Amino acid sequence: MSGRHLTQLAGPVGLVVIAALLGSVASNSTEIYFINALVAVSIVVAIYVFVGNSGVVSFGHISFVAVGAWTAGVLSVPVSEKPAIMQYLFPVLRDNTVGNVPSLLTAAAVGGVYALLVGLPLMRLSGLAAGIATFGVLEITHNLLRYYEKVGPGTNTFSSVPETTDLLQAAIGALLVIGVAFGYQSSRFGRLLRASREDPAAARAVGVSVYQQRLIAFTLSGVLAGFAGGLYVHLLPINSETVYLDLTFITLAMLVIGGMSSLWGAVVGALAVSGLDSLLAEAENGLTIGGLTVDLPAGTRLVIVGALMALILILRPGGITGGREFRLDHLRRSRPPTPEESNS
Amino acid sequence: MTLGLLSISWQVIVDSIGLGAVYALMAVGIGLVFGVLRLVNFAYGQLVMAGAYALAFASQWDLPLVVGIAFCFAVVIALSLLMDLVIFRPLRAQSPAVMLVATFAVAFLLQSIALLAFGPLGKSASSLGYLNRPVTVGDVDIRKITIVAIIVAGVCLLLLVLLLERTTMGLHMRAAAMDFRTARLLGVRADRVIGSAVLISALLAATVSVILTVQNPLVTPDFALRDTIVVLAGVVVGGMNRLLTATMGGFAIGFVSGILGGALPSDQSQYLPSLLFGLVILVLLIRPNGLFARGPGPVERV
Repeated sequence: MSGRHLTQLAGPVGLVVIAALLGSVASNSTEIYFINALVAVSIVVAIYVFVGNSGVVSFGHISFVAVGAWTAGVLSVPVSEKPAIMQYLFPVLRDNTVGNVPSLLTAAAVGGVYALLVGLPLMRLSGLAAGIATFGVLEITHNLLRYYEKVGPGTNTFSSVPETTDLLQAAIGALLVIGVAFGYQSSRFGRLLRASREDPAAARAVGVSVYQQRLIAFTLSGVLAGFAGGLYVHLLPINSETVYLDLTFITLAMLVIGGMSSLWGAVVGALAVSGLDSLLAEAENGLTIGGLTVDLPAGTRLVIVGALMALILILRPGGITGGREFRLDHLRRSRPPTPEESNS
Repeated sequence: MTLGLLSISWQVIVDSIGLGAVYALMAVGIGLVFGVLRLVNFAYGQLVMAGAYALAFASQWDLPLVVGIAFCFAVVIALSLLMDLVIFRPLRAQSPAVMLVATFAVAFLLQSIALLAFGPLGKSASSLGYLNRPVTVGDVDIRKITIVAIIVAGVCLLLLVLLLERTTMGLHMRAAAMDFRTARLLGVRADRVIGSAVLISALLAATVSVILTVQNPLVTPDFALRDTIVVLAGVVVGGMNRLLTATMGGFAIGFVSGILGGALPSDQSQYLPSLLFGLVILVLLIRPNGLFARGPGPVERV
């Protein structure tokens, strides 16, 4: 791995560290926004590992987040509290509780296995059929988690999950996910998949199995999404509606706004949209900036994020970062990138 | 009366045909725009939602029925043309993936605007409520709206076939759907073809608003959202590349969804979406180009 590549990692890592440091000096009521933003980074980077590297849109990744959240949530609610919200659990789930870290690791494993099982048939598809099929996965997952009460709380909310995702855990989690994503995209597999994104026919012609490469990325992004779901359930009392259409929309918006085809874009998008979203949330409760009181009606946030996403797609389809990785010399001088660079 | 072991009553069959008819109309609306623009419109359901709100306001203001329906059509057409102008037109050169995500964004944008403007509780559109009353044929109770839906869908599809097969504009639209660039080279006016497709698809959306608000008079911001997702799945399952197969896909998924809903025992009926989308994925795996598509898929040329 060359030095130039490692500077690419410096941007995302630096941003996450800055966000975490800002959060640590913020007041208690503001800190939650920073924790939220860092968990959003984990989710968006997990989606990026598949969508960004393969160029195939997936509406189904929140399924893996949901499955991860269910796994970590069910495993870590104290045994004494389980009957209150989950009275129909399988005995093995009902009688056992694990700690914070094991629950996150199990969430990652279950997310990965689920993504592998789903990906085995689905990665044969491409284009529209793939988009609709991943949507189908989201619908099925949501439907099963909502009504199958032997594996979780059904329509109840995951209350009494220990809230262990503090600023430190969220930051470490985000850095871990970024590290894995970067390691993957610099690896042989990541490069083969990106080659197939740029030109599937040419990639096939030089012997790349597009199916196999997509399946690897899909499984890995399932692992990361499951892990991120674990972080999420340890942060907030979520339910089956929290990890469904709205989260799918907002995370896709983050990825698109930042720039779909780079890790830098995923991180920038997640943090920028989270920041905007938090600001708007404050404004919905009444916010005073320089003597001027802004009081937006509730629900303005989604309107503004949706409009921003549509605008970015129309005016700058590459997103804020133009889909390019972080580079130090972009800070020093600007020159038009060669085609090779804009693809990398 | 029941059919054999499945114990599906005629009641369920008639209702399923009614649902299939409505979904077929939505499938045509989505398929027409896809034909000329190669764009899958996720926001189609929000057109239906806007029309439903127009009807709700019309009934709140006590407008006469005809005026209310005209208002609904006007709102849907205006929104549809606006959507084309502001969103679709600047995106024409983009890849299908970008366009799919963009219409997904528009769908959410419109839904959150409705949430902001009209609140989450919903409004009631009840001026056509009397169509919910059943008529009894044999021992089957059929709601009048089901009959109306089936007839309206049939008439709309017939008119559309006439338009596509018998008029110059229809010829142009079919040519554009087959090969947009060649059609333009041969003198087909692109903007006019796209404009008519958008317009017809808006007319269909408004028709669907009228039918759906009768069946479900409570209009909320997520009105028709679920239906759109199901119809999109149906359209892709049927085969997007031809309008006929897309329409058949829309009808099929509505019909199957109705039948499954009737056939599932009531303690299992909450799993209907899983079953339906499981079937969708299964069919996509076996026939990725569409259930009703003929021949092998297009060969990729380099």
